[in-house]
Amino acid sequence: MTYIVKPKLHHPSLACNAAGFTRRNYEGAVSTLCAGCGHDSISAAIIQACWELDIEPHRVAKLSGIGCSSKTPTYFLGQSHGFNTVHGRMPSVLTGANLANKELLYLGVSGDGDSASIGIGQFVHAIRRGVNMVYIVENNGVYGLTKGQFSATADLGSKSKKGVTNTDNPLDMVGLALQLGATFVARGFSGDKPQLVPLIKAAIKHKGAAFLDVISPCVAFNNHPGSTKSYDYVREHNEAANRLDFIDGREEITIDYAAGELIDVTQHDGNVIRLRKLAANYSPHDRVAAMTYLHERQAKGEVVTGLLYVDADADDLHGHFNTTSTPLNRLTAKDLNPGAAALAKINAALR
Amino acid sequence: MKPIEAVNDFVVKFANVNGSGSASANELFAKSILRMGVPVSPRNIFPSNIQGLPTWYEVRVTERGWLGRRGGIDLMVAMNPQTWDADVKEIEPGGYLFYDNTRPLPASKFRDDINVIGMPLTAICNRTYADARQRQLFKNIMYIGALSLLLGIDPAEIEKLFGEQYKGKEKLLDSNVKALHLGRDYAQEHLPGDFGLHVKRANAVGDRIFVEGNAAAALGCIYGGATVCAWYPITPSSSLAEAFQKYCMKYRVDAGTNPDEPGANKFAVVQAEDEIASIGMVVGAGWNGARAFTTTSGPGISLMNEFIGLAYFAEIPVTIIDVQRGGPSTGMPTRTQQSDVLACAYASHGDTKHVLLFPEDPHECFEFSAQALDLADRLQTPIFVLTDLDIGMNQRLCAPFAWDDARELDRGKVMTAEELEAGKEFGRYKDVDGDGIPWRTYPATHPKRGSFFTRGTSKNPEARYSERGDDYIYNMQRLLKKFDTAKALVPQPVPREAAHKTRHGAIYFGSTSPAMSEAIAALEADGLHLDTLRLRAFPFPDMVADFIAAHDKVFVVEQNRDAQLRSLIVNEFGIDPAKLVPVLHYDGTPITARFIARSISEEIQARNVVRIDSGKTARGQS
Repeated sequence: MTYIVKPKLHHPSLACNAAGFTRRNYEGAVSTLCAGCGHDSISAAIIQACWELDIEPHRVAKLSGIGCSSKTPTYFLGQSHGFNTVHGRMPSVLTGANLANKELLYLGVSGDGDSASIGIGQFVHAIRRGVNMVYIVENNGVYGLTKGQFSATADLGSKSKKGVTNTDNPLDMVGLALQLGATFVARGFSGDKPQLVPLIKAAIKHKGAAFLDVISPCVAFNNHPGSTKSYDYVREHNEAANRLDFIDGREEITIDYAAGELIDVTQHDGNVIRLRKLAANYSPHDRVAAMTYLHERQAKGEVVTGLLYVDADADDLHGHFNTTSTPLNRLTAKDLNPGAAALAKINAALR
Repeated sequence: MKPIEAVNDFVVKFANVNGSGSASANELFAKSILRMGVPVSPRNIFPSNIQGLPTWYEVRVTERGWLGRRGGIDLMVAMNPQTWDADVKEIEPGGYLFYDNTRPLPASKFRDDINVIGMPLTAICNRTYADARQRQLFKNIMYIGALSLLLGIDPAEIEKLFGEQYKGKEKLLDSNVKALHLGRDYAQEHLPGDFGLHVKRANAVGDRIFVEGNAAAALGCIYGGATVCAWYPITPSSSLAEAFQKYCMKYRVDAGTNPDEPGANKFAVVQAEDEIASIGMVVGAGWNGARAFTTTSGPGISLMNEFIGLAYFAEIPVTIIDVQRGGPSTGMPTRTQQSDVLACAYASHGDTKHVLLFPEDPHECFEFSAQALDLADRLQTPIFVLTDLDIGMNQRLCAPFAWDDARELDRGKVMTAEELEAGKEFGRYKDVDGDGIPWRTYPATHPKRGSFFTRGTSKNPEARYSERGDDYIYNMQRLLKKFDTAKALVPQPVPREAAHKTRHGAIYFGSTSPAMSEAIAALEADGLHLDTLRLRAFPFPDMVADFIAAHDKVFVVEQNRDAQLRSLIVNEFGIDPAKLVPVLHYDGTPITARFIARSISEEIQARNVVRIDSGKTARGQS
């Protein structure tokens, strides 16, 4: 449906956020994905999250690899610079971009083929380094753009549309991210927007490597009986560890919560993630317990969602490198060049 | 056999065991001669190994300043029993063998036509030192002491070098000086006085500096304003990234001008997980407006190909310093070649052409690395600096570094927020200036204008996805035009006219330079005259074609098997290949003047006798 051009005129009554933008200002071009694709719901959740957080769209850099999921940055935040890189290599490009200017919000969008197969090395190392980013994997267990081959996250025993049974063990990106030291790890479901939007908001406000695995059914190739990434299967087996609300530091907390245990996580700039516990004794502060819980539930065929781990005091790659507060891309010759006099001294030492 | 007699013109080779501490002693030897005003050209010949394998250090002492490798050894300092036979064999008739005679060797291990000087180094060390490491390290200093006496090197120069090296470490200084004099005293007392090789004070070094190309290139990146370096360890390029880090620690740490962040770093160096990630980070940083570079060698270039194509097609500034080694595959990781020329010129799938710079020595490594960062921004494309192991990992005498403080970084065509606000038209891939170079914006420039989507797919001039043939052709033709624009921006070739008018020319590039100058002088002495052209960059300016047209035959001298530069010239200009005669040296050792002069003179003499219709006579190895 690429021939449809979105009208630029907005209805005058559309609400503006504190940054002066309507929700429409966060949209992008019309999606060319299949009708009902989970990825479009994730794009809508990103739009909603950015609008609610009053983020200026041009202060976001959106990067992706190759594949259906990697096409989606065209469909949101039309005023942001975007970069469709090469297959599986978004993490390195994002890392470099982040090094150049620490002030922007870096949103990496990838898929299970892009991040769990060809690009797993780059995924692993970007997480290890603690690059300050939101890394979203739109996970459908299948290669959509090349018509339905299994991906590395397809579950053992799950069936392809053509009836082939997958005999390889699946990669669990969430388990991997936890093991690699990601400081924010969550799993969402494209079919559960009330859970997904606050997860994205909390990830955006997290300083450090925030990883979000979002199960996103492929309506064309992986939404049939026998698939473990279909809408029906995920709805039936979704086991949310918690529900959360994201409270920006500036807002007064006035919402009344129903009885039940609450956990408030205050992140670096004062924002609060308020978690309502659904699973008894689940603590999002315990990395090892999170891994154990995840494995136990997975063994029972459940899909654990929610905010699984967060380190609210995490640092990032710039912190590790102790880089100057002025973004590196704004430094001038005056800041960077030692000058002719220093060079004369260097020459003298080389004689 | 008459012993070789030479003053300030000979070659010494040290045969050592890797990891025995010989490298710094041997460097001391070379530098002390330099301090006596006599140019030297040392070369490390080392294995892909940390400890135990053979390693050599070859020093050419050359008052005339011929800094290429000469070939042939006048004095062998044979400290490695593993390589004894081959080392002894390499000595020129009438040459000298210096060895440790603590344990006697059978007469069959020597030659009749050389002069043998034995010194019981191990015995003296065992006698003098109790500690095993000291015995090893001071043995090296002791032979330097003995050689300094034999050759007439002023011990005061060596002591001065010790003083600089061990400033503030008086104990180390004293023990080194002591070992030096132990060696000298033994030589004075026991070694023959009729040694034929001598160093005599001269004034032939001038203001030149003595530095490795990798350190020079790293410094060029500092002066060129690079803030991001992403790299993956690979010989022979690792020392470049490490030198960059070292210079950053010295020159790029905030000196406290900002009280909020004392000691903050104005750089980021990432050791990536592989070369694909290192080039990816450079692409990301370049896209976001930081000056970024990576350094690698052949295998890394192979891995980077997909990203190089993206940077070419999406037009992102990237600087790649390729310190070439012997290929293909893992090839000869610790030997030198110029065999990545074609792999870099046409890197990545599809139709691509890339800008290559060819520095001849560390001075140009500095210049071209700084310039590459400017060119990358100006042309919005990958720029390759093609050095090699010979320049990169050996100290070379070269002109001092120079910098004009008035020089600004050329950030190229970057549209500002003010220009966008004023309504200046922006089309990311539009040729508005007629030079093929479009305008770009950095991310986050303006809230409403100037954003675009960068992609490796085909697109229209407004950066929107397009598979239309006319959009694609417009873009590909514009990229060609941009490449044509580059011709005038890159370092221009350096011509040299022969003393007599000649039909013969020679083209060469990079580290071949010193051997070439010496070869031309030798040929001239024999009455063979050649005009030469040293290429310093690709794309080739038109004067390269003019030079070839002005001569009947042009020798193309390079260090690879397949005459890669020659292929590039033939391909780019559509020149009759028969006109270009390849002179090829590719055994992993640096090309020598003797090899070049012999190849060219044989070829010319053969031509004078028989008519040869084909230029395909590839040269063998010396």
